[in-house]
Amino acid sequence: MSTGEEYLIKGARVLGGEPADLLLRDGVIAAAGPDATAGPGAHVIDADGLIALPGLVDLHTHLREPGREDAETVASGTAAAALGGFTAVHAMANTSPVADTAGVVEQVWRLGRQAGHCDVQPVGAVTTGLGGTMLAELGAMADSAARVRVFSDDGKCVSDAVLMRRALEYVKAFDGVIAQHAQEPRLTEGAQMNEGDVSGRLGLVGWPAVAEEAIIARDCLLAAHVGSRLHVCHVSTAGSVEILRWAKSKGWNVTAEVTPHHLLLTDELVESSPVGSYNPIYKVNPPLRTREDVEALRAALADGTIDCVATDHAPHPVEDKETEWDAAAMGMIGLETALSVVQEAMVETGLLDWAGVADRMSVRPAAIGRLSGHGRPIQPGEVANITLYDPAPRRGVEPSGFASRSRNTPYTGLTLPGRVVATFLRGRPTVLEGKLQ
Amino acid sequence: MRRHLISAADLSKDDALLILDTAEELAAVSERSVKKLPTLRGRTVVNLFFEDSTRTRISFEAAAKRLSADVINFSAKGSSVSKGESLKDTALTLEAMGADAVVIRHSASGAPHRLASWVRGSVLNAGDGTHEHPTQALLDAFTMRRRLGKLDGRRVTIVGDVLHSRVARSNVLLLGTLGAEVTLVAPPTLLPVAVETWPCEVSYDLDAVLPKSDAVMMLRVQRERMNAAYFPSAREYSRRYGLDPDRLAKMPDDALVMHPGPMNRGMEIAADVADSARSTIVEQVTNGVTIRMAVLYLLLGGAALEEGER
Repeated sequence: MSTGEEYLIKGARVLGGEPADLLLRDGVIAAAGPDATAGPGAHVIDADGLIALPGLVDLHTHLREPGREDAETVASGTAAAALGGFTAVHAMANTSPVADTAGVVEQVWRLGRQAGHCDVQPVGAVTTGLGGTMLAELGAMADSAARVRVFSDDGKCVSDAVLMRRALEYVKAFDGVIAQHAQEPRLTEGAQMNEGDVSGRLGLVGWPAVAEEAIIARDCLLAAHVGSRLHVCHVSTAGSVEILRWAKSKGWNVTAEVTPHHLLLTDELVESSPVGSYNPIYKVNPPLRTREDVEALRAALADGTIDCVATDHAPHPVEDKETEWDAAAMGMIGLETALSVVQEAMVETGLLDWAGVADRMSVRPAAIGRLSGHGRPIQPGEVANITLYDPAPRRGVEPSGFASRSRNTPYTGLTLPGRVVATFLRGRPTVLEGKLQ
Repeated sequence: MRRHLISAADLSKDDALLILDTAEELAAVSERSVKKLPTLRGRTVVNLFFEDSTRTRISFEAAAKRLSADVINFSAKGSSVSKGESLKDTALTLEAMGADAVVIRHSASGAPHRLASWVRGSVLNAGDGTHEHPTQALLDAFTMRRRLGKLDGRRVTIVGDVLHSRVARSNVLLLGTLGAEVTLVAPPTLLPVAVETWPCEVSYDLDAVLPKSDAVMMLRVQRERMNAAYFPSAREYSRRYGLDPDRLAKMPDDALVMHPGPMNRGMEIAADVADSARSTIVEQVTNGVTIRMAVLYLLLGGAALEEGER
């Protein structure tokens, strides 16, 4: 897709390296380094001090459309994504109606194209209506215009072992992957928060780590047994990390993601936080865990046991959060803060460099989702999906400026580093100077 | 004193002793023929009950009325709440009506914390989910202090469904603050994970603990818990953890038998134990009104009773 316009990015540090110029033309990186010279009429962007990353890719986004347009739409959610430096998002299937047919996934895909802020790659449901009993028409979704490759009942676990086995087997025919929301349902009936000392004190029903770990272990064994591809959504416990490390050591085709919030926040916030006790702004599924879990997740993301960061951006209207804890919806928004949180949790701590961030937030998620044109090296000839990021400023998170329709961020008032300055989608800026284009 | 009483952990030792001492003075009022003080005249106390709990509600109501407060009873059933009004909107309504204190009972743990963030008046937790019930702990402490003289160093055993018990949580915190030694006794299924981090001892063996107890507090155990496999049957629960006459005989002669009510006679406590001279169960109800008077008085009134009010 040609934009007809040229952008010369001057002095960007590609993956945090030495400053260099990049010329974007006709949707691709036309030149890099000394060869990058602007023609007449080119837009010149001073990228002094900015880091150039491949456009970020989110494997796990809830755009809520169709069905809950009061919380988010494809347009508002993808605007938030662009402002967060993303050039592609995977839209989860738990909409209303559920994205379990070619018709719904094509609708979401088309809405994404119309909005134009970033690529929207729909995720298909594994089972009809997320009911956990009948396989959805996975092949029809794979063959549709939306070209679905990632299938997930996210929000619900495919807990039936036989159904999970069949799903893993079936998607091999079109190189699909099952992205599992690992939550043993019987162990988590009525669960409200991480089961541990805090839940015991607060009298909230616990969500034990074992409920996640037992499913991950089972699914790794199933994936190995049938020789298929498994992706584990939002890994949240140290025990899960151990199981994944073991599965990977066997050479099994298992990948995993971690959310920014699980890399930064702990369950202690439910008991005591700047916004009070029992504030459902911290209610999320899987729940915030302990400091030991956070440390294990960071280490696992650093050493590659966890492949990528995925936001699990989960918008909810105010009235679904301004309630007593038990009644509140689970989930947090995260697209517009993801890169800053990853910088805080992983870069400032020395666990990842910027090349590592590019790998975990663009290269690997694009590979898992089988997205072409995303997560590519920043070099001549590649599609010009690029994010320019200024890691220097530190500022308080202020949700009133978010493009998302929802405000359920757990980071309000927190000071986080960095700012997305520009996002290019196929050579066209979706964000410039931090503003949506 | 703080503005709210939401958790027993909100109370310092001085706060707790002030409440108990104030209750001691107010107890005299309850024994008079005219059981009324003018202290809270013109103040409005709202009883906001999202769960049926007649005994706790009337206890708070009697306490507020004896202090001459205006009392509004707001029951969730048949109200706007049953039509889907949120807790926040209910809170804003009460705020607009000028409630000086809201006494809240709610099935969700933490509901009083949320309410306190939306109203200016004092919030009194009258039981939130499986979290806390601080005035129950205060009335239990008051009852024990009256019978045992002091709480410092006393050994209190709390038996039963600790996992789901707001009474147990508040008692562990408050008795710890007051210097008592608490032992929780329950089948392992009815103890929260990480209970070992609580400021108390834990045992699975009631018979071993009874001889070392100055007071034994039996918690209500719902028979339906056996449906979720917390224990195999009501009979087995009763055999292993119920307080029957044989077990009563193992307790020291002056040790107390307590129960927050309502009781399951024959389940966690045998009828003749509940009705024995060692039982403080009826006394606890009486003391409930007194302690709630003290709490309302201190939250809404002043630091100490005026000379003329004694």
